[in-house]
Amino acid sequence: MLKLGKNDLGVFGFVVAITLLAPFLMNPFPEGSALAQFNAGYPDLMQRFVIFGIFAIGFNILFGLTGYLSFGHAAFLGVGSYAAVWMFKLLTMNIIPAIILAVLISGLFALVIGYVSLRRSGIYFSILTLAFAQMSFSLAYSVLTPITNGETGLQITLNDPRVLDTVNTTGNLPVTGLFGLEMRDTATLEIAGWAFQFNVGFYVSALIMLAAFYLSIRVFRSPFGLMLRAIKTNQNRLNYTGLNSRPYTLAAFVISGMYAGLAGGLMASMDPLAGAERMQWTASGEVVLMTILGGAGTLLGPILGAGFIKYFENIFSKINDNVLHGWFNFMPDFMENVMVTIIHPFVGKGWHLTLGLLFMIIVIFLPGGLVDGGTRLWKRLLTRKQDNSSSVVATTPAK
Amino acid sequence: MGILEVTNVNKRFGGLRALHDLNLSVDEGTVHAIIGPNGAGKSTMLNCFVGRLIPDSGSVMFNGASLLGLKPHEINQTGVARVFQTPEIFGDLSLLDNVVIPALAKHDGAFKLNAWQRVTSRLEIREEAEHILEVVGLIEQKATICSSLSRGDKRRLELAMCLIQHPKLLLLDEPTAGMSRADTNNTIDLLKKIGERGITKIIIEHDMHVVFSLATKISVLAQGTIIAQGPPEEIKGDPRVIEAYLGGELG
Repeated sequence: MLKLGKNDLGVFGFVVAITLLAPFLMNPFPEGSALAQFNAGYPDLMQRFVIFGIFAIGFNILFGLTGYLSFGHAAFLGVGSYAAVWMFKLLTMNIIPAIILAVLISGLFALVIGYVSLRRSGIYFSILTLAFAQMSFSLAYSVLTPITNGETGLQITLNDPRVLDTVNTTGNLPVTGLFGLEMRDTATLEIAGWAFQFNVGFYVSALIMLAAFYLSIRVFRSPFGLMLRAIKTNQNRLNYTGLNSRPYTLAAFVISGMYAGLAGGLMASMDPLAGAERMQWTASGEVVLMTILGGAGTLLGPILGAGFIKYFENIFSKINDNVLHGWFNFMPDFMENVMVTIIHPFVGKGWHLTLGLLFMIIVIFLPGGLVDGGTRLWKRLLTRKQDNSSSVVATTPAK
Repeated sequence: MGILEVTNVNKRFGGLRALHDLNLSVDEGTVHAIIGPNGAGKSTMLNCFVGRLIPDSGSVMFNGASLLGLKPHEINQTGVARVFQTPEIFGDLSLLDNVVIPALAKHDGAFKLNAWQRVTSRLEIREEAEHILEVVGLIEQKATICSSLSRGDKRRLELAMCLIQHPKLLLLDEPTAGMSRADTNNTIDLLKKIGERGITKIIIEHDMHVVFSLATKISVLAQGTIIAQGPPEEIKGDPRVIEAYLGGELG
């Protein structure tokens, strides 16, 4: 089915299921309960899960398959965002032209940066991409202000031409949409204490992510994908085998740049503004973390990694001292204060510390990332099950 | 006119003259062994053929066209395959993938953006790959990740990777170095078996047992130049060769 192998179909089905059911799965705790702040089922965050999922899936095609570690992918994300906002300003608030332009422009951008950077490999390649991204970031802040609107960031205004849209007489800023569907529209389903939110923007992004994920599975299983893997293993051998590795790496670089542009375009489609900080090196580093954390070179890894990091960023950072006091107020005052003091550095503004520690633990004990950990656990469970069943078989004849 | 014509090739590394007016002619269909003491320039010579090194002067003609200035992948596409001194394989991939890659290179050329095609749908490539693994005796391990193979098996795999491309010229750089006697004999048998395919081979080898079992012609390289050349029986008795390389071993 879908021209996928059995395992790949399973992985794809799993991702389809968790993505489409995310409004339920991300919202396991009833409204108003003490654990409600661990719910991630609100539109804004769910959109970010899938958009960063796209970013990481694309990054994985470059880093996971070829082993070329780009430290400048956020530049493509930023370029995609700017391109999309310009479409909203000039053409229409429909997200389709915006996304198409975002992908094309970032692809062109990746072609230029990739062509230069891929002349080197290893650490030199990483540094070149980092340099290009930081250059783009600085340019967006300074000389390119007419295009990027500098520090304020690029926004839509009432005076924009928007040649395809009907004249706006409401006096309100228009909103992004898809043939009448507004991206910010949200339906809420209340069951008992739960409130599940279904957001148009999330579902649009989710469908695009699923398409992007399907495409990445096809790339993984194609002769092209096999060559990319061969580059990671032994580029020397590949050249003496009659294959020119340069166009392969460049194609992978452009494809992953276009994924980043798609993510940037979608980000702007959910909230039509674009700022230079999206191109900063920390943003590039984040996608590296996502991919490694989830499992570089695996299909599912980048999606898991993106979800994991975005969850921490948004949920752990919200836990402040008041919330902590609330948790421990069953204890005597003295104990309560001690507990709050111990946990305080790890939550709220200190969420980076928790993430850093988790990252270290995963990289040291599970070099293959979360997917590797999951597979090992699964295998262990399977062998245990087999042991149990075989012992049952062995004991039955005795009885 | 041989399939490979090397004329007056010179290569210097700083003050070291690695190749000195080297002339070599390899006839089509022969097994041409290159022997010589360590540092004679054997590997440098091979590297000049495959595009890893560029000679300072001279010409290397293969099948009537110059190989100089071509990149390694372009040279391979003209029909030259190489087995390395230390096996160069795709360690993280399965044995099957290792032979599928050169087969794809042969069929699809140096670059093809076939990201929408499935490897599993290329049945002709798969059949070819399984056949060649059978020839070298590795078919049972086809799904194994090949970094876990023994050194001998890695060499056989690398040979399979070259053979699947049906090269016109096969360069073997010490194909039995570091192998046990049994493995060496297996390799000799295998090379004899594939000899029936009519591939011209150049073998660099230190093991005289291998050389005299396989070679139809031997060239002796010393200090970057060919000092003697001829059929094995002739070389065995040549006093210059004995002096330069063989010592009293065969005397």
